[in-house]
Amino acid sequence: MAIRFYLILVVFLLSAIVSFSLYEDQVGLMDWHQRYIGKVKHAVFHTQKTGRKRVIVSTEENVVASLDLRHGEIFWRHVLGTNDAIDGVDIALGKYVITLSSEGSLLRAWNLPDGQMVWETSLHSAQHSKSLLSVPINLKVDKDYPILVFGGGYLHAVSPIDGEVLWKKDFTAEGFEVQRVLQPLESSIIYVLGFLHSSEAVVYQIDSKSGDVVAEKSMAFPGGFSGEISSVSNDKVVVLDSTRSILVAISFVDGGISFQKTHISDLVEDSGKAEILSPLLSNMLAVKVNKRTIFVRVGGEGKLELVDSLSDETAMSDSLPVADDQVAFASVHHEGSKIHLMVKLVDDLDTVLLRESIQMDQHRGRVHKVFINNYIKTDRSNGFRALIVMEDHSLLLLQQGAIVWSREEGLASVTDVTTAELPVEKDGVSVAQVEHTLVDWLKGHVLKLKGSLLLASPEDVVAIQEMRMKSSGRSKLTRDHNGFRKLFIALTRAGKLFALHTGDGSIVWSVLLNSPACARPSGISLYQWQVPHHHAMDENPSVLVVGRCGSDSSAPGVLSFVDVYTGKEISSSDIGHSVVQVMPLPFTDSTEQRLHLIADTNGHVHLYPKTSEALSIFQREFQNVYWYNVEADNGIIRGQGMKSTCSDETADEYCFTTRELWTVVFPSESEKIISTLTRKPNEVVHTQAKVSTDQDVLYKYVSRNLLFVATVSPKGAGEIGSVTPEESALVVYLIDTITGRILHRLSHQGCQGPVHAVFSENWVVYHYFNLRAHKYEVTVVEIYDQSRAENKNVWKLVLGKHNLTAPISSYSRPEMFTKSQSYFFPQSVKTIAVTSTAKGITSKQLLIGTIGDQILALDKRFVDPRRTLNPSQAEKEEGIIPLTDSLPIIPQSYITHALKVEGLRGIVTAPAKLESTTHVFAYGVDLFYTRLAPSKTYDSLTDDFSYALLLITIVALVAAIYITWVLSEKKELSEKWR
Amino acid sequence: MAPILRSTSLIALLVFQISLFFFVSTLPISSGSEDSYTITGRVRIPASTAIGHAAKFSNIKVVLNGGQNITFLRPDGYFTFHKVPAGTHLIEVYALGFFFSPVRVDVSARHHGKVQATLTETRRSLTELVLEPLRADQYYEMREPFNVMAILKSPMGLMVGFMVVVVFLMPKLMENIDPEEMKRTQEELRNQGVPSLSSLLPASR
Repeated sequence: MAIRFYLILVVFLLSAIVSFSLYEDQVGLMDWHQRYIGKVKHAVFHTQKTGRKRVIVSTEENVVASLDLRHGEIFWRHVLGTNDAIDGVDIALGKYVITLSSEGSLLRAWNLPDGQMVWETSLHSAQHSKSLLSVPINLKVDKDYPILVFGGGYLHAVSPIDGEVLWKKDFTAEGFEVQRVLQPLESSIIYVLGFLHSSEAVVYQIDSKSGDVVAEKSMAFPGGFSGEISSVSNDKVVVLDSTRSILVAISFVDGGISFQKTHISDLVEDSGKAEILSPLLSNMLAVKVNKRTIFVRVGGEGKLELVDSLSDETAMSDSLPVADDQVAFASVHHEGSKIHLMVKLVDDLDTVLLRESIQMDQHRGRVHKVFINNYIKTDRSNGFRALIVMEDHSLLLLQQGAIVWSREEGLASVTDVTTAELPVEKDGVSVAQVEHTLVDWLKGHVLKLKGSLLLASPEDVVAIQEMRMKSSGRSKLTRDHNGFRKLFIALTRAGKLFALHTGDGSIVWSVLLNSPACARPSGISLYQWQVPHHHAMDENPSVLVVGRCGSDSSAPGVLSFVDVYTGKEISSSDIGHSVVQVMPLPFTDSTEQRLHLIADTNGHVHLYPKTSEALSIFQREFQNVYWYNVEADNGIIRGQGMKSTCSDETADEYCFTTRELWTVVFPSESEKIISTLTRKPNEVVHTQAKVSTDQDVLYKYVSRNLLFVATVSPKGAGEIGSVTPEESALVVYLIDTITGRILHRLSHQGCQGPVHAVFSENWVVYHYFNLRAHKYEVTVVEIYDQSRAENKNVWKLVLGKHNLTAPISSYSRPEMFTKSQSYFFPQSVKTIAVTSTAKGITSKQLLIGTIGDQILALDKRFVDPRRTLNPSQAEKEEGIIPLTDSLPIIPQSYITHALKVEGLRGIVTAPAKLESTTHVFAYGVDLFYTRLAPSKTYDSLTDDFSYALLLITIVALVAAIYITWVLSEKKELSEKWR
Repeated sequence: MAPILRSTSLIALLVFQISLFFFVSTLPISSGSEDSYTITGRVRIPASTAIGHAAKFSNIKVVLNGGQNITFLRPDGYFTFHKVPAGTHLIEVYALGFFFSPVRVDVSARHHGKVQATLTETRRSLTELVLEPLRADQYYEMREPFNVMAILKSPMGLMVGFMVVVVFLMPKLMENIDPEEMKRTQEELRNQGVPSLSSLLPASR
């Protein structure tokens, strides 16, 4: 009886063991996904209707999105192509979002509620020019409200209903650049103002029905215009001349043009290069001169007078009509950690409609852009809300003196990522808080058990999901035993550093980098500076951020050290030389600071940290330090070695000169470098030997100094379709970076780039386009060491006649052989990465970021050159898959499952402490994180493992043993009595 | 011109659309000046394959030449690439939940931008540029419903089954053996000093 019970329990226990693959209810357990849009360029509010209030934005990441004005969530969004930058966005007919992109040549309309594209029109463009989108509110032509678009030398009128071009006007011949399209009230004539060769102002009067030019007037301005323009009323604009010291008011009343010049020095004492700030203020003009903002009123005859002047740098919004024909605008300026928002009437600057000061919760830099919107309060007065874009690209909505919501849009432009450990758990923190009482614990597990047996009711399922989401303190800020909790440090284009927790993706800290030399350096790359683990346990780990002051590569570099635990900038220094290449060296000093070499544009390298200890370590290894640089434009790869200390007077002892050791020159007429790649320096390889089926041993050629180079014929460097198969060839090389020796060369005729490659252990996998088959292809190349292949004989090993103890050196010219194989791949690829684990024992998976912004995990076994059409029995047992001509795409192996990492740019993998598991972080416009176990979690129980069941089984087993023992005792006794 | 459709009633309306557009633009004839042409095509998702995922046209992207141009679908499923030079191009459709074969598109300069399309996965040539998914993708594993047979069929289940047989049937078999003989065997075993397994079994007597 008892045994029967036990057996049933065993059956249950077996059913609880589930395989490791993602079920729909496991979404969000190990992964998280964050959606962003990028730095906002334009914003249009849509709040007229009752119901959902929204703001339509376009961003520098080419995203057009509709945001919920109440919470800042995304209603819908579309990421346009990388070369499809948005020039303008507006709302037409109250139901369509109109975007102009690709330098004014593509006009699209999106349905406002759901973001479905309604129509798309390609506009004629003949030349590069400024583009302009204007949606006039009251221009009506035959029941149609045309949209006016200027771009590429043409002015188009487009119907907003179906995108049909009503008429177009060709301005290409004259070289005319439209600056403003103005439309007087209740008139079918539109005024088009523009400059001819930026020295002549031209006004066309165009009939809005037919596009015919009714009248034309031009007037030359001898000084020339700078291009900045501000329209102040329906018949007047103000421009800056080419010297940026004179403001010119242009009025064009009834077809005539007149200029009125005003020197800025007449308005304010301190003159200098002026800049027109906000483009759309009525009867008013804001000009920035010498960090001062001045307000200039434009009088009836184009007379300018100074109205106000602000000393701070101020951001301003466009003007906004408020009640009673009044027009208001908002300005924002800083004061310490507070920002002041003011809304004033344009006509009367002394009337402040709104004055609010808001305490910023963290350092976000200056305000870059302000957009305002008004609403009618319950007491019928005007209320204002302001959408502001900060220097760190974040987006904030201010209303009633508070930040209603904020979005960290800086994370849409991550440039570099590294990982960091969390602090070790201190004694004070107790783990027991997570698990409550034994009863709760058991209840939870019983629920889980029900779930895994599919006996759970819908309420139970919800409860299970909730329990899983907040379980086991996955967002705790301490290190865990398995290394699942970690920090991903991300550097953004705005120069802000974020630390993201792997558990739930929350921002642990963020810091906007500062520099003594320049206000805001642009970040380039991120390195692990100090990772204490043995000697300096009390030190906090830190990261090194390399940046530069300015966009030019010869601009002086800036180094910044940031404490990983606290997020504080420890120090920041202006290094006084440019940064071309940063090389982390495999040496650390006594405080575990890693030595780094930084190469500058003069061919010198500089050692960091600048301590005598680092110098002595470096001098010991002086002869063993090599580096290389790739000049992709010239097709040259140079290998360099250290020579001596710098001889310049200005240079210190940490500066070194280099000597050229080797060069590889590719013939420029037939080969152009399109991709170079090395192995990850911190990759761990478990074993060099690979045992094949017939008990044969292959020795992997594992070298850190291998460089993968891909070149194409110059003709084939363009897009697909621009070249015929005969004209293009792809050649890949494996080059030893110490000696410059070319270890392997493989040529693919009729193929072209782009090449996306991944290099790990002794293999390279690369993706390219085959023009003959007109398909993408993936090729794997594996390199093996031939010279060690002779060590198979046991007697040789016994007698010591082997070369296994011979040191591996790049100079020793080992015999190499390679194996390679190619497969078709049915998708375009954006990036490829490979999983990495702590000891390198676990088999690897390729992580392929497709152009559909999904990430596919492909087992390395699929790209194994030993695959054959009919593998033998032994090979099958080893796990060799029969050869197929294309790689399979199994939908379940998309690690992003039903999500997309929009605008995917990179994938970073980092090992967890648990050997089977690896962290995967993908960044683009969105962020995505998950934990992968390429060979399944063989070294730990899955989350689904039911401890309750185990416990019940053990208890039942003990009880059964006891009962059977009692029974058998009784039986034996009765037998003895017999 | 093109009515705005709701995605729910899309398919039914699409059929209507086909008949509407039949003599307008069924064949992917492209128009254009000098050397740049226009490729127009359509994406159609049959209702039967749309399991689980709502076939929302607003989330579908059409990609030309691996990212050179990206366009979106109109409510009727049509898409257009403008200003495409003559030559051989590649069009890919990305829709969550579906797998589309890339399409090789030859735009002929001699025939004024006449378009020839071939699916690269199946090598099937298309008479008109109407793209349909090869298959619907299911991104999640399906949870197997609780099934006793499946458990019994697994190797562990077989082992347990064997154990059950041994535990419950062996005593029955033993009962059939003559008790005298049984005793004798047990005696023998005891003499040999081997602990008897059958004595531990509750059914043994």
